[in-house]
Amino acid sequence: MTGFPWLTLLIFLPLAGAVAVFFVKETSVRLTALGITIADLLISLPLWWLFDASSSEMQFGELAVWITTPPIHYRLGLDGISLPLVLMTTVLMPLCVLISWQSIETRIRSFMAMLLILEGAMIGVFAALDFVLFYVFWEAMLIPMYLLIGVWGGPNRLYAAIKFFLYTLAGSVLLLVAIIVLYFQGGHTFDILQLSQGTYATSLQMWLFLAFFAAFAVKVPMFPFHTWLPDAHVEAPTAGSVILASVLLKMGAYGFLRFSLPMLPDASKAFTPLMVTLSIVAIIYGAYMALAQADLKKLIAYSSVSHMGFVTLGLFMFNIQGIEGAVMQMVNHGVTTGGLFLCVGVIYERTHSRQIADNVGLTKPMPRYATLLVIFALSSLGLPGTNSFVGEFLVLAGTFLWSKIAAALASLGIILAAAYILWMIQRVAFGIPSPQYLLKLRDVNQREMITLVPLVVLVFWIGLFPNPLLTRMHASVEKVIARVYPPIPEPVSAVSQLHPLEPVEKETAPAVGKVQQP
Amino acid sequence: MTFSPNDLMLILPELLVITAACVVFALDPVLHASKKDGLAWLSLGTLAICMGLTAAQMNSPASAFGGLVVIDAYGCFWKLLLYFVTGLTVLLSYSYLKEERLYFGEYYGFVLLALVGMMVMVSAADLLTIYLGTELMSLSLYVMTGLKRSEPRSLEASAKYFVLGAFSSGILLYGISLLYGATGSTRLPAIAEAISGRSLDDPLLLFATILLAVGFAFKLAVVPFHMWTPDVYQGAPTSVTAFMAVASKAASFGAFLRVFVEGLGGLKANWSAIFLLLCIATLVLGNVVALVQTNIKRMLAYSSIAHAGYALIGVVAAGRLNGSASSPNGIASVMLYIALYAFMTFGAFAIVAMLRKGGLEGEEIEDFTGLAKRHPLAALLMMIFMLSLAGIPPTAGFIGKFYVFMSAVEAGMAWLAVLALIFAAISAYYYLRIVMVMYMREPGELTESSPRLVMSPSLSIVLACAIAGVVFFGFYPNPIVNLATQAVLTLK
Repeated sequence: MTGFPWLTLLIFLPLAGAVAVFFVKETSVRLTALGITIADLLISLPLWWLFDASSSEMQFGELAVWITTPPIHYRLGLDGISLPLVLMTTVLMPLCVLISWQSIETRIRSFMAMLLILEGAMIGVFAALDFVLFYVFWEAMLIPMYLLIGVWGGPNRLYAAIKFFLYTLAGSVLLLVAIIVLYFQGGHTFDILQLSQGTYATSLQMWLFLAFFAAFAVKVPMFPFHTWLPDAHVEAPTAGSVILASVLLKMGAYGFLRFSLPMLPDASKAFTPLMVTLSIVAIIYGAYMALAQADLKKLIAYSSVSHMGFVTLGLFMFNIQGIEGAVMQMVNHGVTTGGLFLCVGVIYERTHSRQIADNVGLTKPMPRYATLLVIFALSSLGLPGTNSFVGEFLVLAGTFLWSKIAAALASLGIILAAAYILWMIQRVAFGIPSPQYLLKLRDVNQREMITLVPLVVLVFWIGLFPNPLLTRMHASVEKVIARVYPPIPEPVSAVSQLHPLEPVEKETAPAVGKVQQP
Repeated sequence: MTFSPNDLMLILPELLVITAACVVFALDPVLHASKKDGLAWLSLGTLAICMGLTAAQMNSPASAFGGLVVIDAYGCFWKLLLYFVTGLTVLLSYSYLKEERLYFGEYYGFVLLALVGMMVMVSAADLLTIYLGTELMSLSLYVMTGLKRSEPRSLEASAKYFVLGAFSSGILLYGISLLYGATGSTRLPAIAEAISGRSLDDPLLLFATILLAVGFAFKLAVVPFHMWTPDVYQGAPTSVTAFMAVASKAASFGAFLRVFVEGLGGLKANWSAIFLLLCIATLVLGNVVALVQTNIKRMLAYSSIAHAGYALIGVVAAGRLNGSASSPNGIASVMLYIALYAFMTFGAFAIVAMLRKGGLEGEEIEDFTGLAKRHPLAALLMMIFMLSLAGIPPTAGFIGKFYVFMSAVEAGMAWLAVLALIFAAISAYYYLRIVMVMYMREPGELTESSPRLVMSPSLSIVLACAIAGVVFFGFYPNPIVNLATQAVLTLK
């Protein structure tokens, strides 16, 4: 468990940076924050190659005693599930700093400090292997996010901020009790790996599952607990929306995958019908709500509800396609929705309106912008060749194995996604711009290009070459499945399982396309 | 009862504080007004010496005056906390009294006398000695509450506090006399021996337990015996409020735990049930009523009521846990909770005390509007205190709650932990309201009467100590956890 402390560095560099921004010159605050987030990105990149994809063990582990009685450890590590999420976080953070370059004018020091604290806490959530440590990071994240929404948000920010805070706090208090109960039932330890190997009475599992569910379902957010999301997204500054959609929502799904499934396998199986129902409701309901929105951010927020439905659906299939698809979809949603929110931020800086009606016909005055927007939008509806297609396809393939009806209903979500996304594009990209805004519509500048292009690259890279990502998560996902269904005769990889249907790891997009076209 | 000079050595800290209090009272009339600051420094010096003496006594348990007073790690834990809080009170008062133009040298004398009372409370092993301690503490606090003589609110608070306090002392004394009737002694070890094997079938014992519980519940401000708290906290000078909310609560918990664990430990299953009811009522009422307060002192008063409820969870758990009633987890978590609560509550009151609106105190929540713009550092500290009170990690408040809930779950009452945590989530709303007005509301035009914070070196020290405790123990609670678990072992 020794070696270079990659993860500690990843977590504490931004935290140190949050202090540092208060001591640099007013003019170089932005540059400092950017430098720190890029440094963090550069530290995290080697992990991608250093990671041993054949192993399901935690890697880059670190262990130190934190609190002696009861034994709580500072224990970190990454497996194939958390590695992509950590990298997604470190990739997105510099972009969040860049998009806030001009749009944030007041209290820039505090703003950047909040972003940096968030980054440290988010990486901590994904890397923590001690349950209390996880909870500390999980809760600590709330405060900077609350302030981001409440201080730098839109007109209705106070309401949105407190709603976000109370919803997530109320959900996670039950998690704390569940953690403590597990401590006493699981042999007086908070170690996540040890707890994941224990067996617990079924009735206890049911209670714990509900407690976990309260915390994670609010965060995802699953269907009846999603109402904080549109408010928070609409009021948050662009960087806040991006972090919220791309990283914070993933933590709920990550929680299900890291805790609920391996620790409470029986309860997870028992609750599968409920989880699948809620997921499918979220997919269809979110899509329908998105159709009705006139506000761009709200539209994307509801599309997030729909897309996260695919993630939770895939997780509770307990087959390799479903879960790998869900993890893929977590990363994809981070990239795509992050990109869409950045695009909305760009246009909001110009017209100071997020209404679709105010931002029409952007292709003529802003050709580059329109191109980028269309790419993210098509990725969001799952066009073959883009990243979301791979994830959604895997999830649906996994669902199909479980229930054909469920798969059919979930596919409705994709059709509806095409409807609301294309309709949005039709209005925003093509149309006649209103004259009062025309003067303000400058095309994206260099800084904004730098912000958006990395995500475009990721959209296509994951879309065309999903294998590097899939191979890295494969062993870890199999380990989770082995916990839920212990006797696995022969582990089958997602790729080989899909092979009879249609090869998915094609280098050529058109071949993949055939599978999707109805 | 035999008397030996050695006994005097054992209570040297108490004697020193009493002497210092007498010196303050004697010097006050003869000192020139400009030199009265010296009285504060005299008090601080005494506290520093006592701190050293008590720390030295920590590991050498002894009993003095034939068992009336015991010197053990448990008592020393509370004493150290009390010295610390009293020191902060003196420092805060030093600035606060000047702002309020309250020039009373006796003030420091009363602070020290109250401290002696508290010290006696936490180290006495005899019910009557404990009673003497509570009376000495309470009488000094009555006077201090009414110190703003020109303000009717302060006088009203003092009168109310006196009447209700005297009433509760009477109940406590009645309980003590009944217990004496039932067991034939007022010494805690003798009581424990007499009731071992007996249950509450004996009506005398039943009434004695209930009356003692009620008497202490008044002092701890536990629902439904909390009625005096909001008015008194609001009316008293803020430095006194901080002292009451922290020190008097800590001392009351110290005496309360000793009486119920050492003396009535045999009845723990019974008193645990009583405190369970009080605990739930306190959590519900404290948190819900705090939601609608507009005056920050009243809000903090209800918050302090609610926090007594969280601490009581540990007491209830201690009664349910197997083994002796002093099984480390339950009681130790209470001690830890109160110690950590001291840092954050005192810090919050210190900021409230120094927020001035014109010549008056700015004690409405609205007065904090835009504080982050004008005093970014103070607003940051206030935010951390509020988050800590709400129990959000990584602050001391979270650590305190974590240990209390651990003991509750260990005692098989996960449902109580769930209930308490739901109310903790509710409490986040009113704590965050302070954060909201500080950070998210724009301050109006700056005028003569707009609220501002009066900073002074002594206030800076107070805030530095409070924030250091909240942050340090939030990240690294080991020292204070170990101290509490060690201390609780000496409780018989």
